[in-house]
Amino acid sequence: MNESILTLILLVPLAGAVLVALLPDRGKLPAWIALLTSLVSFGLTLHLPAHFVLGQHGFQFEINRPWIENPAISYHVGVDGLSLWLVVLVGLLAPVGVLASWNAIKERRKIFYSLFLLQQTAMFGVFLSLDLMVYYGFWELSLVPMAILIAMYGRRDGPKAALKFFLFTFIPSAPLLVAILWLYARTGTFNFAELQVLIATGSLPAGPLCWVALAFLFAFAVKVPVFPLHGWVADTYSEAPVALAMVVAGKLGLYSMLRFHVELFPAQARAVAPILVALAVIGILYGACLALVQRDFWRLLAYAALSHLSLITLGIYGLTFTGSDGAVFQILSHGVVDGALFLLLGALYDRYATSQIVSYGGLAARVPQTATLFVITALAMIGLPMLSGFVGEFLILSSTFTGVSRGWAIAAALGVILGAAYMLWLVQRLFYGPPSEMALSKPGVDLGLGAQAMLWPLAVLMLVMGLAPSLWIPTIENRVGTPLVKELTSLPDHVSTLYSHLEGLR
Amino acid sequence: MNPVPDIYRILPEVILTLTGVLVMVVDASLPAPWPRRSLGWVAAIGTTLALWASLGQLALPVGTAFSATVETSPFTVFFHVLICGIVLVAILLALDTLPAKSHHQGEYYALVVFGAVGMCLLTSAVELLLVFIALEISSIATYVLAGYRKDTGRGPEAAIKYFLLGSFATAFLLYGIALIFGATGTTQVYEIARAIPTAQNHSLVLAALALMLVGILFKVSAAPFHVWTPDVYEGAPSPVVALLSTAPKAAAFALLLRVVYEVFPTLRSLWSPLLWGVAVLSMTVGNLAALRQQNVKRMLAYSSIAHAGYLLAAFAGLGSSGIAAASFYIAAYAAMNVGIFAVVTLVSGYEDELPLIQDFRGLIYRSPLLGALLIFFLASLVGIPFTGGFFGKFYSFTAAVGGGAVWLAIIGLLNSGLAAAYYLHLAFAAAQRPVESDGGAPVLTPQVGVAVGAALLFAVAATLVLGIVPGEVLHAAEAGAHTLQAPPAAAVEPGVMLTSQPNP
Repeated sequence: MNESILTLILLVPLAGAVLVALLPDRGKLPAWIALLTSLVSFGLTLHLPAHFVLGQHGFQFEINRPWIENPAISYHVGVDGLSLWLVVLVGLLAPVGVLASWNAIKERRKIFYSLFLLQQTAMFGVFLSLDLMVYYGFWELSLVPMAILIAMYGRRDGPKAALKFFLFTFIPSAPLLVAILWLYARTGTFNFAELQVLIATGSLPAGPLCWVALAFLFAFAVKVPVFPLHGWVADTYSEAPVALAMVVAGKLGLYSMLRFHVELFPAQARAVAPILVALAVIGILYGACLALVQRDFWRLLAYAALSHLSLITLGIYGLTFTGSDGAVFQILSHGVVDGALFLLLGALYDRYATSQIVSYGGLAARVPQTATLFVITALAMIGLPMLSGFVGEFLILSSTFTGVSRGWAIAAALGVILGAAYMLWLVQRLFYGPPSEMALSKPGVDLGLGAQAMLWPLAVLMLVMGLAPSLWIPTIENRVGTPLVKELTSLPDHVSTLYSHLEGLR
Repeated sequence: MNPVPDIYRILPEVILTLTGVLVMVVDASLPAPWPRRSLGWVAAIGTTLALWASLGQLALPVGTAFSATVETSPFTVFFHVLICGIVLVAILLALDTLPAKSHHQGEYYALVVFGAVGMCLLTSAVELLLVFIALEISSIATYVLAGYRKDTGRGPEAAIKYFLLGSFATAFLLYGIALIFGATGTTQVYEIARAIPTAQNHSLVLAALALMLVGILFKVSAAPFHVWTPDVYEGAPSPVVALLSTAPKAAAFALLLRVVYEVFPTLRSLWSPLLWGVAVLSMTVGNLAALRQQNVKRMLAYSSIAHAGYLLAAFAGLGSSGIAAASFYIAAYAAMNVGIFAVVTLVSGYEDELPLIQDFRGLIYRSPLLGALLIFFLASLVGIPFTGGFFGKFYSFTAAVGGGAVWLAIIGLLNSGLAAAYYLHLAFAAAQRPVESDGGAPVLTPQVGVAVGAALLFAVAATLVLGIVPGEVLHAAEAGAHTLQAPPAAAVEPGVMLTSQPNP
């Protein structure tokens, strides 16, 4: 089982996609198949943390088989502490996404669910691949279902948003591919571990390598997005089907930054880190300020995501050990919280068919469950202690304060305060205050059984992640890049200080 | 010395010729009102036999026949199989889409098959005069096919334009052949290759190289010799364009490979930068022009110019890696381009000259199968991984980077990002919800028949195989690449006319 589990994780959604495509498009049949498939694949991903060996260095569940002889591309997959929980997160969000689309997608279900499952395979592929070409393949593939579904189900002008999304992320991957090819031309391998060693031992010329690292970084930075490369975010969030937006948001780019930039090019990453720290702080503040003034809740969510993802970027490029722990934890937390927010807003949108915040108001009395869950999620998002958002934010900000620069940490903390402002204001405008005309004229239907079945577990998960981060942190630390990042840390004694903070927290 | 009967070395061409003659004779002897559709099946069977015969040629030792004018080697087999495959798919496509009442169906299939003879011969000829004859055979068939829809305004216009410019370009090639004969005293490819390093009149050789390149680059519609392409594609019926945009190009690229890598390998320092420039120009001009097109066929015409550019990037690769990459790219390009034109034919019909992008709006809602296929082929043209288009670009640019042309790869990949804009414009239009019926003409739901279904299946299967398990095809392309060089003088069998050129 351990030998083939990763292959199974990759193949199950793909098989589901093919099955959905072959069976007739009748009633909810595609949705049921997709739900079953995604539950099975979630179950398979849970196998990983259950059998993950703590303290064992290197990748686990590794498979390495030659695929194409020349150029030497192999099917090489494996997980470490960095990708382990991300894979589980993607697995978790799949059934949630299917249930979120249960009533929202009314036509062409077959194509929708087929592409949704294909997207699943592509996402798993990105997190699992350790061969640069295979990784690149999944990275590109992950664009396609998303773009097609935005075009098909866009709320206003799908094709335009889809094109914007696609080009913004496709064009930067051209330099990425050239960079990968250059590495191959120089080293004759696409293998991540081998390249890591070759680069670390300085057997490649430094000048071109600098450009190669930049090409990698550029592609990832657009995907995250890092300020000022965020032009596609707002349109994509407001047009994409809820299920796709929550599955895709942020994770791919941030993971790739950690794995294929910081771990692969440590020296080059250190050289550009100050710039990225500055951009990240600007992104935190800029995203928060823009989120404050949005009238459309999808766009608000998009800029809030920009702000939060920038915070994670700050954690990554602080290049401190604790900071990157916090960043990984925050990716997980953000995935859960953002997923829940997308679901709740999607439910509101389905019922009232508008995303204009001003049309809402005073809904709390009419849809109490939605309101309660929304408040919990919003609190988790702004980082209330005891909820999942706090741990990551705390680790990132404190490591920045002690390990990078006090000024940037203070500025970033300001962004967190702004974050509380726009989220709480959103809650207030949607659910409290005098009931709006729309709230009065339309019957208040609260969350259905399906929605409850996924939202309450997510809410509990937020609480557990906030109370017991130690369930996750040790495995997260068990990642391949750890020794390299440790070397870069200028203040190792702060690590222990921070850990005592964390221990005290529990 | 040469135990293989000469006839075996041209067996595919012989089978194709007999098929063409059979189709023509039967067509002429059938009473006029009888349906001619079954002739298409005859042509399809003949082409399949020729394909099978080409594969059989792999068993023959590499060598030449008919006084060293025709060669069989893995290289020629690769292109034979490719061309026969394309022609087979084009015939299957025509079977279901040619209007049933047309009286010219027999001629259509005969011309397609005769064209295939020329193209196949073009890839295996190692005698420049035979090259010229083969090129003419294939060109004349395609000129006529381009104007096949002669009752509409654009059909004849397309044919005339193609014919005039095409003959002009062929004249360049012929002039080049004449000059090379003048410089080396022979038209046999191996002899020329051996004579060129010592040729006394160097400037004559250079002029010959330039003229031949002009003639061939016209045939592959590379910029700046591309102006005919959009007009011809627009005027010709879509099933013909599926053929025109792939098979003759494959043959012409085979010729280009032979000319630059086998005849003029010593002049690499000259043709390499030239092709570098043409590659960059082709992709940039093709993509920029395609961005502005509203007509799908014109857009795909410019896209094919851009693809010629990506393909030429492979020529920056050193030796066999460049040849293999180019051969692979041609196969990948042929699979996806035939596929996309098959879908366009089915969606907009045989008669439609101007399939606009907006006509494709909501295709996935009207016909999920065709919509999905359209998006699939467009994704392959964009170069999304796990499709043939990706590995085509991948090998091409790997060869370029390997040959030191990093900038060419960067320009090429940025161009493919640019190209994504117009491909996806069409793909997303097809994915978009259709406009609510506004009382206009009812939009037909295209039907997929057996023959055309088989054609689409071939194209999809080929695109997927090239994208997921490209190993076999790449092996074949590499095997072909290794045989594409002039054998040393001792290896040439006796009976070859020795020329007056002094040997070193």
